[in-house]
Amino acid sequence: MDLKEHVVQKLKEHFPGTNFETTDYRDELTIKFPKEVVVDVCSFLKFDPDLEFSFCEDVTAIDWAKRKDRFTIVYQIYSFKNNFRLRLKADVDESDCKIDSVTSVWKTANWQEREVYDMYGISFNNHPDLRRMYMPEDFEYHPLRKDFPLMGIPGSIPLPKK
Amino acid sequence: MDSDLKEIHPKIIQALLDTETDITVDDALENEMVLNMGPQHPATHGVLRLVLRLDGETVIACVPDLGYLHRGYEKLAENMSYYEFIPHTDRLDYISPMANNVGWVLAVEKLAGIEAPPRAQYIRMMIAELARITSHLVAVGSFAMDVGALTVFLWTLREREKVLDIWDILCGARFTNSYTRIGGVANDAQPEALAKVKWFIDQFEDNLAECEKLINTNRIFIERVDGVGVISKEEALDLGFTGPNIRASGVAYDLRRVQPYLKYNEIDFDIPVYTEGDSLARYFVRLDEMRESTKIVRQVLDKMPQGEVLLNQPKKVLPHKTEIYTKMEELIHDFMIVNFGINPPPGEIYHAIEGSKGELGFYLVSKGEGHPWKCKIRSPSFNNIQVLPRLLVGQMISDVVAIIGSIDPIMGEADK
Repeated sequence: MDLKEHVVQKLKEHFPGTNFETTDYRDELTIKFPKEVVVDVCSFLKFDPDLEFSFCEDVTAIDWAKRKDRFTIVYQIYSFKNNFRLRLKADVDESDCKIDSVTSVWKTANWQEREVYDMYGISFNNHPDLRRMYMPEDFEYHPLRKDFPLMGIPGSIPLPKK
Repeated sequence: MDSDLKEIHPKIIQALLDTETDITVDDALENEMVLNMGPQHPATHGVLRLVLRLDGETVIACVPDLGYLHRGYEKLAENMSYYEFIPHTDRLDYISPMANNVGWVLAVEKLAGIEAPPRAQYIRMMIAELARITSHLVAVGSFAMDVGALTVFLWTLREREKVLDIWDILCGARFTNSYTRIGGVANDAQPEALAKVKWFIDQFEDNLAECEKLINTNRIFIERVDGVGVISKEEALDLGFTGPNIRASGVAYDLRRVQPYLKYNEIDFDIPVYTEGDSLARYFVRLDEMRESTKIVRQVLDKMPQGEVLLNQPKKVLPHKTEIYTKMEELIHDFMIVNFGINPPPGEIYHAIEGSKGELGFYLVSKGEGHPWKCKIRSPSFNNIQVLPRLLVGQMISDVVAIIGSIDPIMGEADK
């Protein structure tokens, strides 16, 4: 059986009540699911002996600006065993701007989630060290949100005293 | 000590103190101290800042602080066309700009559904491998310099200069090249450039062996890096090491082999893997990779076909300048692409190449407009630095620079 169908079928078998949306674009498989099951799905994908997605390449977010579920969290994961890359997605709404952290599954998600927190202001539950990654700790805005102006906000970062 | 602490943000201090640590020092001096290293420290390879918690001379916790070179390239990419972003990729990993150029255009081509002509792909392979050589030369040289062997740095930079001269002939720039274009490369590789590449790889292995001789038998160097900063295979995977660093821990993960892009499946090369996982192994992997890269470049020169170096697809690829000045149709296409962009169909892709430091990936989301809706750069250095606290804990303060040098971070890439 095709590996893509295999992954989707295994997920559907293991999580019967969950709604999985799959898209296949340019030979890349994307699976979207509700954010509540993110840790369960990720640990299943990592520890299932057939799949073994042991490497989390990247965690990022997309800001859709005017959509109802404003943000989408995107995980790129890779299986050494099957030489297969998979993209996971979960929507996060601005009114409930948090999602469970997958740091317990892949340690490398630690900094990647911190970067998302810094750039988009999405907080991660149970994250061991949720601080800003790039911007100063007392910066108030989240630069990669679409409503943050490209030229920055004057006065948002105090200049050092002479 | 207290006056120093005022310079460090309280949240960083808190993170440092919260770090769970099971290091016990036998003859503890009972005076823990916090040491701020960087961002202007010369041995931290740019603007990396580490806040270290020390017990005597032993590091018991470490918190890296990034962002001193954060220029917001992901934000900029969302506000400019795919073509306009090519020069910005030079500034990511500024030690090997050519590799970033290749990574970016491959991602955009995948998004737009086009493929460059074969000759362009071979040229891209050649420049990516030469970029890997230049990057590893700097890595090896500065690593040796960090532990006190200055001559090696001068000798490896001498070799690197020769490649920069090749860039000069090839595209007119030595450092920030911007040589690739969507659908090909800016101009065909001139015969004199190819001749110079051939000359370079013919003499390179002897010169590399000379550089190697300086340090491989140097007892001071070996004793300072052997068994320092060890990381096991499982931990390295879990923490997201890629590139030469993970291959030094015994994982043969190389995107050129496992998911071949360009024409790497037509090339015969080995993937050097060491199992020790220490700083010395990371150094040896880089040396071996440079030899493999010369092997690849040699094959590329032999196999390189003749033909076009730019795809003829007017809606997606900028035409040659000579055609723009003489033909009406091309002028219109040029105007449309420059002003409105290449408008790839709505969709999203992730494309990763084996950059010099590790897996360099671009995640692009298109809404069918001239600029990407979202661009995420998966930079290898960012993820490699994440492993640093784990490597440093339990080591001596004097080993810190050796370990930083061995994982070879480039802050332009880590900070984006």
